[in-house]
Amino acid sequence: MSAIDPVCKALLDDLDEGFAELYAAHRNLVFSTALRLSGNWACAEDLTAEAFLRAYRALAGYDRDRLAALQPRAWLMTILMNVWRNAARTKSRKPPPDLRDEPVDVVDPGQDVEAAAMRQETGDELAELLGLLPEEQRAAVVLRHVVDLPVSEIATVLEIPQGTVKSHVSRGLQRLRALGGAR
Amino acid sequence: MTEDRLLAGLAALAADAPDGLFDRIAARWVSVPGPIGELRVAFTDHGVAYVHPREGFAEAFRERFGRPLLPAARPPAGLLPALRTGRASGVRLDLRELSDFQRDVLEAAREIPHGEVRPYSWIAARIGRPRAVRAVGTALADNPVPLLVPCHRVTRSDGAVGDYVFGAAAKERLLMAEGVDLERLRRLAGERVFYLASDTTGVVCFPTCHNARRITPAHRHGFRTLAQARAAGYRPCRTCRPAQVAPE
Repeated sequence: MSAIDPVCKALLDDLDEGFAELYAAHRNLVFSTALRLSGNWACAEDLTAEAFLRAYRALAGYDRDRLAALQPRAWLMTILMNVWRNAARTKSRKPPPDLRDEPVDVVDPGQDVEAAAMRQETGDELAELLGLLPEEQRAAVVLRHVVDLPVSEIATVLEIPQGTVKSHVSRGLQRLRALGGAR
Repeated sequence: MTEDRLLAGLAALAADAPDGLFDRIAARWVSVPGPIGELRVAFTDHGVAYVHPREGFAEAFRERFGRPLLPAARPPAGLLPALRTGRASGVRLDLRELSDFQRDVLEAAREIPHGEVRPYSWIAARIGRPRAVRAVGTALADNPVPLLVPCHRVTRSDGAVGDYVFGAAAKERLLMAEGVDLERLRRLAGERVFYLASDTTGVVCFPTCHNARRITPAHRHGFRTLAQARAAGYRPCRTCRPAQVAPE
């Protein structure tokens, strides 16, 4: 058993202060994943906030042994995937949204204009192609190649065998290449 | 697209979480002086969500909101003057966790001016639920932001102050500090007087309405019901709106 995760130690000391550390340690990972799974900045903010809130509510009910044994990153990402799947399911059941209420082309406010223009050329196209992948391939590709999680951890997060992770990733990449070439 | 370019492109899709996103998740708290001792106040990016005595604050907040709570550098805008003056209309509130009914009750209570009181039935009538007097009492007892929503200004029509989240004694102290003459209200209630009318203006008010307080004894007439005042030719005050109470 490896040494206790520093975030777990902080959570054991003080749930709320520890939660702030959990957030600081993993916010970019969770947000990037949410952004590339949903393909939408506002959705990514909602998914991230919802995942962290659920995480906090779960943590509040855990005893010390459970907190000490927690692998925060994989645990948090598992929660995010559940939040995303639920949101996607709810969305598909609802009628299409009224477009007048949709924000027009949400631009990453953290980027300067030049960087945004760069992303427009390369990143946006690829991000759009990701949206065309079946959900399980998209999830595997995003976790493996956007946020760089090891295959073993992705297997935990997606609750599938490692071999299946690898095949989702390779099929996803193959499809992206084909889609990219077709443009 | 080459394999390398594809993988580099995917890696470049990582993005930083925007600043301020944490404020959508966690609430902040401050300790502030209040009219009935030290208070703990929790607030979110939407406004003040919780006002509680120091004792048991964090546990009660967690129980009720299930949201992380971290110390704030400074109180939210307007909080300190609101607590000092008892005039809280400038403070933003976060009432999202409440039901529509509870929110309506609190919004109505917020309209009661400093130094005045209204009966529970007035709130019920004001929100269009004249028969829900008991539920109004429950909603006020559960007010997450006492003092900022002045639920202490809602009292029983028999002259007793009624329940309060900080206890009935604190409610009396607060009302007296605002200049409400509780002795007089009880005396009037003992005489079955719940409305005061002026024969110079022809207007009938709740006894604590600032218009009623101006009536000189020679021109003052007490009534048990609004219907009786109306029958005697008085019209309900437009400031304190006693006609909000369902017709008797």
